[in-house]
Amino acid sequence: MDTLRLDLSVPLRAFSLDLTLEAGAGTLALAGPSGAGKTTLLRALAGLVRPARGRIAVGEDVWFDAARGIDLPPERRSVGFVFQDYALFPHLTVEENVAYAARAGAAALLERFGIADLARARPGELSGGERQRVALARALAREPRLLLLDEPMAALDAHTRAHVRGELRALLRDLGLPTLLVTHDFEDAAALAPRVAVLVRGRLVQEGRPEELVAAPADAFVAALTGGNLVPGVACPSAGGLTEVTLESGSGVYSTDAGTGRVGVAIACWDVTVAREAPPDSALNHLRAPIASLAPLGNRVRVRVGPLTAEVTAASAERLALTEGESVVASFKATATRLVPLS
Amino acid sequence: MPSRAFGIALWIALASAVLFLTLPVLALFLRVPPDELVAQLASERAREAIRVSLTTSLVAHALILGFGTPAAYLLATKRFRGRAFVVSLLELPLVLPPAVAGIGLLAAFGRSGLLGEELGALGLSIPFTQLAVVLAVCFVASPFYVRAAIAAFEAIDPRLLDASRTLGADRGRTFRRVALPLAAGGLGAGSTLAFARGLGEFGATIMFAGSLPGRTQTAPLAIYDSLDQDFDVALALGALFVVFSILILLAAKLIPLWTRSASISPFPFARSRST
Repeated sequence: MDTLRLDLSVPLRAFSLDLTLEAGAGTLALAGPSGAGKTTLLRALAGLVRPARGRIAVGEDVWFDAARGIDLPPERRSVGFVFQDYALFPHLTVEENVAYAARAGAAALLERFGIADLARARPGELSGGERQRVALARALAREPRLLLLDEPMAALDAHTRAHVRGELRALLRDLGLPTLLVTHDFEDAAALAPRVAVLVRGRLVQEGRPEELVAAPADAFVAALTGGNLVPGVACPSAGGLTEVTLESGSGVYSTDAGTGRVGVAIACWDVTVAREAPPDSALNHLRAPIASLAPLGNRVRVRVGPLTAEVTAASAERLALTEGESVVASFKATATRLVPLS
Repeated sequence: MPSRAFGIALWIALASAVLFLTLPVLALFLRVPPDELVAQLASERAREAIRVSLTTSLVAHALILGFGTPAAYLLATKRFRGRAFVVSLLELPLVLPPAVAGIGLLAAFGRSGLLGEELGALGLSIPFTQLAVVLAVCFVASPFYVRAAIAAFEAIDPRLLDASRTLGADRGRTFRRVALPLAAGGLGAGSTLAFARGLGEFGATIMFAGSLPGRTQTAPLAIYDSLDQDFDVALALGALFVVFSILILLAAKLIPLWTRSASISPFPFARSRST
């Protein structure tokens, strides 16, 4: 399987995008504020923007090498690009859109993405979720060696989003292509990619597994971006209109959100409290586990307890004399949770 | 009541404008009965003039489309230094008096003009030929097309062109398969207006190409030429132009609507971004 290796510099208006990155098979999410250079990076990889210096290679093929004067045009780079808002050709039907790149096999792709019955429709008639599937099918029609997705969830409403997230996650996993996915939403990043890189003002600030970023954010920006836990589990309806989610550790938590099957329980770090004993309060959910890590963040501390990260004030951490390895109880209310389908 | 008086003043202004602008057009049809108009169009002079007008206009139009379309595409999709200046240069004939265009064409391509010697060496003498008519029409009509074409290409979401490139199409294929079809409505409308302007060309043509019946005398020149000898022929050609102009106006308004609905969606209400 191919590996993407890049080391490049692209001058932007206020700063320059300077990045060295290696991505093998699997999805790497690029998260960060808008204007951080995320889209520019994708465009540079696709050959739509020319870096000032650097090198881009996929496997053995060099696509760009400023020193050697190599700069392949976009049509000669084996890349599948899903644009923000999808950029489907409005004057072509779904089938013609997908067949634009494929010499053959458009019909099979339509079938695979469940859009065969829309073959004759034009993009203007489709829903957001359908358009995303057409855009993915079109990008894959070229059998690319590198997949680039620019804010693939941004054009979807909240309802469609939750559903599409699960589909997209499964698709990206099955493809096994080196994939870069740009998003400004950490929840999307965590749900779709096993690895997340945070880009701020053209620089790579931190890279790691989503839970690592939540537990030990490198700076205040990453802390704000990753303000939420996403804990996987299996959901089933429970008494009182609640949903019970069995976590991988075996313990169960309750949510006021509805959901079934594989879900992620999303809880903001600041909605999780830490105590030595389960407090007799209204919170339904209590998880006992040893403290895995303590990461100070100015006047706050992020405390890793089992699968959860809690954010408490530095004063509280001191008052409780929290130390790594000691057993504590993390508590949160069922109403503070949201369920995100994972499948 | 002053606001009422103002309202009446607006209506009086509109009525005057409509009356003034339609009266000459109506007069063309009211002076001579319709069957007489048709008979006059069959006259030698009228037929020759229409033939010269159509051939020169069609050749000029082919040149305008052939050079104007790629030039407009480049100006719409590339940002380079001096771009605004180049666009202004291309628009200059719009505001230039036709007589100035005529004298300028003579000064450039005339026998003693800027390129006169070079053209003479090639055995070419342009003034007072049909080629001169074609050049005069190109000069005055092309800005109408080029402006519309730049606007039409600029209206295309640049990501669609990018998407085409990432799907393996080179710049030429992207132009043919994405840019041209999406700009078709605007190109059609601009093309129609430029054709109308070219067909009505008078000032530059009479100075640069003369008014030789059967060779360089186009329909507008024939109208002018017939005024004192054969007023009915002038009226008949005028009436023909009115009919043609109405068709042009309709086409310019309908082409963009028609291509848009045909190319984007058969359901006008499905175009809004549904979720």
